[in-house]
Amino acid sequence: MDYEIVIGLEVHTELKTHSKIFCGCSTKFGSEQNTNVCPVCLGLPGVLPVINEKVVEFAVRVGVALNCEILPFSKFDRKNYYYPDLPKNFQTSQYDLPIAVNGYLDIVVNGVTKRIGVTRVHMEEDAGKLIHSGATITSSDSALVDYNRTGVPLLEIVSEPDMSSAEEARAYLEKIKAILEYLDVSDCKMEEGSLRCDANISLRPRGTTKLGTKAEMKNLNSFRSVQRGIEYETSRQEEILEEGGRIIQETRTWDESKGISLSMRNKEQLNDYRFLPEPDLVPIIVDPARVEEIRASLPELPDARKKRLMEDYGLSEYDANLITASKAMADYLDLGVQCNADAKTVANWLMGEVSKHLNNEGISILACPVSPKQLAQLLTLIEKGTISNKIAKAVFEDMWTSRKDAEVIVKEKGLVQISDSSEIIAIVDAVIAANPQSVADFNAGKEKAIGFLVGQTMKQSKGRANPDMVNSLLRERMQNK
Amino acid sequence: MKITCKDVANVALLSRLEFSQSELETFTGQMDAILQYAEVLNKVNVENVEPMAHVLPLKNVMRVDEAKPSLPRELALSNAPEQEDGYFKVPKIMEG
Amino acid sequence: MELFKYTAHQLHEKLVSKEVSAVELTKAVLARVDAVEKDVQAYITQTRDSALTQAEAVDAKIKHGQAIHILAGVPGALKDNLCTQGITTTCGSQILAEFIPPYNATVVEKLMAVDTVIIGKANMDEFAMGGSTENSGFFPTHNPWDLRAVPGGSSGGSAAAVAAGQAIWALGSDTGGSIRQPAAYCGLVGMKPTYGRVSRYGLVAYASSLDQIGPITRDVTDCAHVLNIICGHDAKDSTSINTIVPDYTKSLLNNVKGLKIGLPREYFVAGMDPEVERAINKAIEQLVALGAEYKEISMPHTEYALSAYYMLAPAEASSNLARYDGVSFGRRVEGSDIIDMYKKTRSAYLGAEVKRRIMLGTYALSAGYHDEYYLKALKVRTLVKQDFDKAFENVDVIITPTAPTTAFKIGEKTNDPLAMYLQDVCTIPVNLAGVPAVSIPCGFAGGMPIGLQIIAKPLGEEILIRTAYTFEQNNDYHKGFATLREGK
Repeated sequence: MDYEIVIGLEVHTELKTHSKIFCGCSTKFGSEQNTNVCPVCLGLPGVLPVINEKVVEFAVRVGVALNCEILPFSKFDRKNYYYPDLPKNFQTSQYDLPIAVNGYLDIVVNGVTKRIGVTRVHMEEDAGKLIHSGATITSSDSALVDYNRTGVPLLEIVSEPDMSSAEEARAYLEKIKAILEYLDVSDCKMEEGSLRCDANISLRPRGTTKLGTKAEMKNLNSFRSVQRGIEYETSRQEEILEEGGRIIQETRTWDESKGISLSMRNKEQLNDYRFLPEPDLVPIIVDPARVEEIRASLPELPDARKKRLMEDYGLSEYDANLITASKAMADYLDLGVQCNADAKTVANWLMGEVSKHLNNEGISILACPVSPKQLAQLLTLIEKGTISNKIAKAVFEDMWTSRKDAEVIVKEKGLVQISDSSEIIAIVDAVIAANPQSVADFNAGKEKAIGFLVGQTMKQSKGRANPDMVNSLLRERMQNK
Repeated sequence: MKITCKDVANVALLSRLEFSQSELETFTGQMDAILQYAEVLNKVNVENVEPMAHVLPLKNVMRVDEAKPSLPRELALSNAPEQEDGYFKVPKIMEG
Repeated sequence: MELFKYTAHQLHEKLVSKEVSAVELTKAVLARVDAVEKDVQAYITQTRDSALTQAEAVDAKIKHGQAIHILAGVPGALKDNLCTQGITTTCGSQILAEFIPPYNATVVEKLMAVDTVIIGKANMDEFAMGGSTENSGFFPTHNPWDLRAVPGGSSGGSAAAVAAGQAIWALGSDTGGSIRQPAAYCGLVGMKPTYGRVSRYGLVAYASSLDQIGPITRDVTDCAHVLNIICGHDAKDSTSINTIVPDYTKSLLNNVKGLKIGLPREYFVAGMDPEVERAINKAIEQLVALGAEYKEISMPHTEYALSAYYMLAPAEASSNLARYDGVSFGRRVEGSDIIDMYKKTRSAYLGAEVKRRIMLGTYALSAGYHDEYYLKALKVRTLVKQDFDKAFENVDVIITPTAPTTAFKIGEKTNDPLAMYLQDVCTIPVNLAGVPAVSIPCGFAGGMPIGLQIIAKPLGEEILIRTAYTFEQNNDYHKGFATLREGK
């Protein structure tokens, strides 16, 4: 049986406000346990929440950026369930009237653009952190609770079940991350938990429309986990269906190290959330004029930026897509162009050498030791013919570790390209004299023989001879032999 | 009967309360009486009536995004039944 | 006359004229506590040392010729669901028997700022759920007018303390009548202000959209003074009204000429004590003689208000009380795992009435019943409010009995929760609508006080005070004092 995969993603992002959503405690990450808490976020008897205006503003920004309708009347609700990371044993969230609904974003996978619906965006508060005494939840005797994170503002972004492959899911997540970064509402660090993703996956026979039973997948802590987790879950469900079994609606947790998902106890039974309107908070009325104000003040978003890179810089869609996936990367490109480097060349180097080095060290472009200005200088040297592309790569390595400018390195190591034809001819003649057989082969019609001769010439010149000139001068000088 | 012992047992689970069988029966009887009394709500016509969760016409009550000092940790933990190393300590958690 | 029998405004005069010192006054009240507390049992916690320290500070100010507030140096009581920093706050519950809040409720901050003296935290029905203070997790309070009777609830300790002279004034809280009914049962003035008029920050929540803090005093003048202190906008409470607080003492006028009174027939229910009905009617006649006029009105949704309340309040309570779980504060019973701990802790330390309401509320909100009960109740609430809105288009105040009977005996209604709920029939609609109401004494039946309830439209505290003051000044009920007798 041929199955179609149906995937919906729920993304939670921590907003980078100074204070928590309902109280003035700091949202700073990494503080000592239980030092960013107060009676309100501890849920002590008698306390009341007061909403942080920045959270609403950020929520509207995100809603607008995701092409949503901003609901003019929106309210908070309590989601009631018991868990020790939730001090009040309810989470203040939004249920039936979230701040934004019915949006979409576009992804590009294998050159194909697809529109993924965004069902809703809503505001809610984060819970605390639990540390289990044992290696896993089930092997622990006790747990320790840190409430620093309770009350940190979250936005939950729910997609329509419009994705049909792990690649699409990944592309969607990358797009969301990019948009959030461009809007500067979150620092989107999956490793710090400021961007989290749960996936709902189900299968249905290809061509049918009825949705199959879904499983919810949690603990997908990186882009890689999202992709692997979905792929694993798809196989798991396929296997069950092939054997004639039924999929149980349940929540599963992904184990990245083992590459498998495990069932969590069926939560549906134990938790009827019994939503009720939050009596301690009054409704949010968003004025349409304010929405337009926010829309007008949005920065250039990934898709618009991608379009600009394609139109102004002539980048291909693939390249533009890749570069704009990270705001920092796109900013780097713009800065490089401002320093008079050619956009396409900068783009190629970003996707090539720069990314290679960043990945090797596991750092982001923001920590790149070579600045856009420095890269631009290096590219100018290539463009002017001062060094060859090959030498440039070596210079780049040096720039990376020594932090020195390209010009300095080229000068210090004497790497300036030889473009003086008389100098090259001298070397070329010597090589021709030393390799009569290759010359004869070439003149007999073996094109490939020139490769060896070029190599020899480059070697003699310690890589500094201008390769194009070497090629043409070799041919010229061999003609007469 | 508007409500059975089984219903009450389910509600007790949701409320994280436990009862002996006789307590369960007593509670069921009392809750049943109250729910029977509440039947009167079915006599009233609520068509086209908006539910009122807030009596006041207040809206958009918000505060400026400014970090303020938090509680000193000793005070935050001062009522903790059990603590360890600056954390609140609880028994093991069965499900994730 | 003993010092503890005077009102706050009278005592203020004595303090300012140096006839008596704040320390003397406080000691007199503490001595009264020592004499009668064993019979009345109004207090869960007494703060004797800090009371004397507070009194000393006031005496120092007087000595230096500094002006003092009217409540400065005058001992009062705070219902034990008001968070007091560094002082045990139990809400009448075993689960919070050792809970010490690290912060003050806003109203407490305001009272501290005017240099008042606090004798202690008053007893109450557990988590404010009840109408007799018999649901306290500690002990019942006894009505100073007849020690075998209940003082009413849930602010029974506050009312009993004031009625017995163990406090000159008190603060209570009112969700379905919990200030007004004990005030009625104890012959005192008790006001529930407009919802949002007084900050709820630091009031341990029972039903958030219904709870309000208010004064319980010996006379209307004291009530006005306390209101002046506690009312006002609070940035920490998103549901607090942001309009200027008038000086309520300016409404202490003996004048009801032209006042239009509405008498809703639905409040004069079957099962009402005929003596109560008689007293109310007599009061109306008197007000008419003083220049008011009355008309019978109808508030057709009154009969649904009780049921709506007993769906809504428990629903909010079930959510508000979920935090009492032994994790980060309060008492704990150890368990084999966290769920076991939750169940054991809550079952051991929460009382029967609290459990009943938590379960009712959970049921009303649960899947399958949410629309039938909770949502329906929210809609009925709209209708009840509309009844008030319509009524106030034609009348200035609405007058009803505060309760259908006078104080019943301790133990009389404890086996029948429903019968207990029916006592609230006159007070509950007021909370659903969020309007202000006051109860004042208007007579006796079998030696027990009867309460008259006056209701006004939102932010109508001034007209309540004027009407109540007029009635009070044309009678002597505020001059009586409970005799702490044991029987008729």
